[in-house]
Amino acid sequence: MDEFVLIFRHEDGTKVASPEQIQIWMKQTMDWIGGIAAQNKFVSGTGLPFADAKIVGHGGVVTNGPFGEIKETIGGLITVKAESVEEAVEFAKGCPVLQGDGNTVEVRKVAKNDGVH
Amino acid sequence: MQNPEIIPHLFRTEYRKIVSVLCRRFGFDQMETAEDIASDTFLTAAQAWSYKGIPPNPTAWLYSVAKNKAKNHLQRNSIFENKISTEIQTAETYEPEIDLSLQNITDSQLQMMFAICHPAIPPEAQIGLSLRILCGFGIDEVAEAFLTNKETINKRLFRAKEKIRNEKIEIQMPGPAEIDNRLENVLTTIYLLFSEGYYSVSDNQVLRKDLCFEAMRLCHMLIENEGTNKPPVNALLSLMYFHASRFEARTDQNGGLILYEDQDTNLWNYDLIAKGAFYLNLATTGTQLSKYHIEASIAYWHTQKTDSKQKWENILQLYNRLLQIAYSPIAALNRTFALARANSPEEAISEAEKLKLTGNQFYYTLLGELYTGIDNERAKLNFEQALTLIKTPADNTLIQSKIDKLQN
Repeated sequence: MDEFVLIFRHEDGTKVASPEQIQIWMKQTMDWIGGIAAQNKFVSGTGLPFADAKIVGHGGVVTNGPFGEIKETIGGLITVKAESVEEAVEFAKGCPVLQGDGNTVEVRKVAKNDGVH
Repeated sequence: MQNPEIIPHLFRTEYRKIVSVLCRRFGFDQMETAEDIASDTFLTAAQAWSYKGIPPNPTAWLYSVAKNKAKNHLQRNSIFENKISTEIQTAETYEPEIDLSLQNITDSQLQMMFAICHPAIPPEAQIGLSLRILCGFGIDEVAEAFLTNKETINKRLFRAKEKIRNEKIEIQMPGPAEIDNRLENVLTTIYLLFSEGYYSVSDNQVLRKDLCFEAMRLCHMLIENEGTNKPPVNALLSLMYFHASRFEARTDQNGGLILYEDQDTNLWNYDLIAKGAFYLNLATTGTQLSKYHIEASIAYWHTQKTDSKQKWENILQLYNRLLQIAYSPIAALNRTFALARANSPEEAISEAEKLKLTGNQFYYTLLGELYTGIDNERAKLNFEQALTLIKTPADNTLIQSKIDKLQN
């Protein structure tokens, strides 16, 4: 069994939706994660709020951002256990973030500490 | 005057105290000696009391007899040791002190609890030892609780005691830095003890209730002690109170299980529910969110009679969180049931099929429930599959009645 990170890329929901709509997305996300956890395949996860975001560049140059206006921004991630990348992709397909046109979930395998990867 | 009940009653409450104090005094490796002296004390009581009647203060009588027997044992030992090891000459005479004060009894029992729940001892043996040493159950009662015979239990306890000797486990409280870690194990054992009573397949209702209340008593001891009065301990006690509140309602006269939905809520014990709420409140003092907090919150919602979508939504979200920190097949199944109530049976069916808990009777029972009214043929197939995995006659009756209902 490998571990995969599912990285959500989407624009800042608070800019485009009502608090009630955000509530619904939150519930859907919790139900989605609960469904993965019910299969004993959930490892960890976190949301990444857009407030207090900074980018530290070469030479220690600090700029504000990223901002939530573009759909490529990372809004959160979870780590799951899966037999294959295909199984991880099936989990990703259920992610509520994908209801937004242009939003994506990136699936990446976690490197094992086995000296090979 | 003559009360035949008094010795078994005192055995249940005092045996464990005497054993804990003596064990702590002699060392864990001499647990058998401590048990022998405690048993011997009750034998002496049975003989003496049948002639002279019950003394005015039976407990004090038992303590003083136990004390004398223990002193004799220690003196015999020290004479023996001094004779064979002549090089060791101690100037002062050996004066053994056996402290059976309330404080020392409590301290000894708490320390004993941590010693028994040492991670080196297998969980099954921990429960057996807890029942015997911490709860004062007879070997035959322990055997009945485990649905096995005395020999098996004796063997199991013997192996556990051997482990204690080999691992040199000491009877003492872990230091403050280690206490949270070790406490987790103690709580697991207490909850196992409770579940053993609550979900046991044994028909002995009295024994089952005793198991549950003993588990709660041990948890109370941890709460009364400052060093172990932590939020998860209060959460676990709250959880057990909420469960225990349904004791009278969850079985019929024949010991058959009555499902939550079919229970007569007049039989729920509202005093116990109030106690559960009280300890749940005390559990919310820290920032720590243990699985017991979440389970107690779920149990709280189950004590609310009105069946609203809101109730099931709360239960669903609690299960979503519980599964993230502590997966168990039963939590996964319960979560799916809550999903059916909060969202829709169709969504729950597709989620249930993903669980693939094919060795579990409750998995097929759940699928049977979810398909009922949507696809009765499939419901029947799942109930029949559940029947092939069932372990008790009570469960068999329950599932059969569900199949019969489908055909009407």
